Amino acid sequence: MDKTVNQKAWFLVLPVFLVVAFSAVLPLMTVVNYSLQDTFGNNQFFWNGVGWFKELLDPTTDLGERFFASLWRNLLFSAIILAIEVPLGIVVALAMPREGWTVAVCLVILALPLLIPFNVVGTIWQIFGRPDIGLLGYTLNSLGIPYNYVSNEFDAWATVIVMDVWHWTSLVALLCYAGLKSIPDAYYQAAQIDGASRWAVFRAIQLPKMNRVLLIAVLLRFMDSFMIYTEPFVVTGGGPGNSTTFISIELVKIALGQFDLGKAAALSLVYNLIILIVCWVFYTVMTNAGAERPQKEGSV
Amino acid sequence: MESIAWMAWTLPTAIFFVLLGITLLVMTWLAVAYPEAERIGVLRIPTTRGDRLFISLVLAAVIHLVWIGVVGTDPIYTLSIGEESVEVSSLWLATLISLATAVVIFRTV
Repeated sequence: MDKTVNQKAWFLVLPVFLVVAFSAVLPLMTVVNYSLQDTFGNNQFFWNGVGWFKELLDPTTDLGERFFASLWRNLLFSAIILAIEVPLGIVVALAMPREGWTVAVCLVILALPLLIPFNVVGTIWQIFGRPDIGLLGYTLNSLGIPYNYVSNEFDAWATVIVMDVWHWTSLVALLCYAGLKSIPDAYYQAAQIDGASRWAVFRAIQLPKMNRVLLIAVLLRFMDSFMIYTEPFVVTGGGPGNSTTFISIELVKIALGQFDLGKAAALSLVYNLIILIVCWVFYTVMTNAGAERPQKEGSV
Repeated sequence: MESIAWMAWTLPTAIFFVLLGITLLVMTWLAVAYPEAERIGVLRIPTTRGDRLFISLVLAAVIHLVWIGVVGTDPIYTLSIGEESVEVSSLWLATLISLATAVVIFRTV
């Protein structure tokens, strides 16, 4: 690596830095300031040191218990939706037509859920699942399956998960489809000559070629699901009890419900740090996967 | 000062941000004055000085949080300044560990 990097181009993005300074850096500095103080309204602040962070990271305190509970809940939610959306997205992509007019139809239908605003998705499912007027809720109850996402924890989780799967599987499918489309026909012809089974073609040709897009899909979906707020808030409001209270919902409850700005600031900084680390891993893996590819292809 | 009262500035946070700002300015000046080549270290990813600073800062935040959660912030030493005494929190050890980690990262990553 003897290539030098010219850093002077960074001066061209100075205007963006100024905008970001006012829209992100100053608020972030304020959050750091709040996280070390206690507030009693009317801009009265009292120094608390790292007290809120101690409380936040101690599961025996109320704040710590709520933070860890919502963190595990969020991780469980992300794990479940990834376990469903990724295989389902692959299956949908494999089942999609490769040519003809049906391709455009499939792509438009798949893109539709992605175009709906988050709060509208929440409202659709909130009504869809209602036992009195919702098509899903009414049908299930009519069939003798008790279903009520307002009072039953399992039903609330199932609704939020199915809603997310409905909303975002398309993204995984579209990414996988793009990966599949990039495979030259020669690969399939070679597999056919070798008498490879459908499973062998998937394992040896399609899955390796989808590796990179799958990585993007997994990381994107993890980030999105880890930061989820609007949809579960609209459908369940974090309930019943706290069963679907994810970190972002907990954060809003502490900051705007209880007006505990210090606690909320400490929680948001830790939350932000987790997201920052995952983002960095995402960025690093993506850029390096892109850098390795031409080398490999060049060496063949 | 009334206009920024909502930002709730304190001396420690102001010092923290000024130090952070100076670090970023120095790194920017270094990048302009002495353009460097990316290198591949123990993480097997190409990194610049800026990347290594970023990794060091994020790791410092993690080290401090883990220290607060696992060790706590009990005082380890009482400093006497004339009539007054100042308790030194064990969190400063986390700061020292973070600085040592930053040195290791700048040399090896």
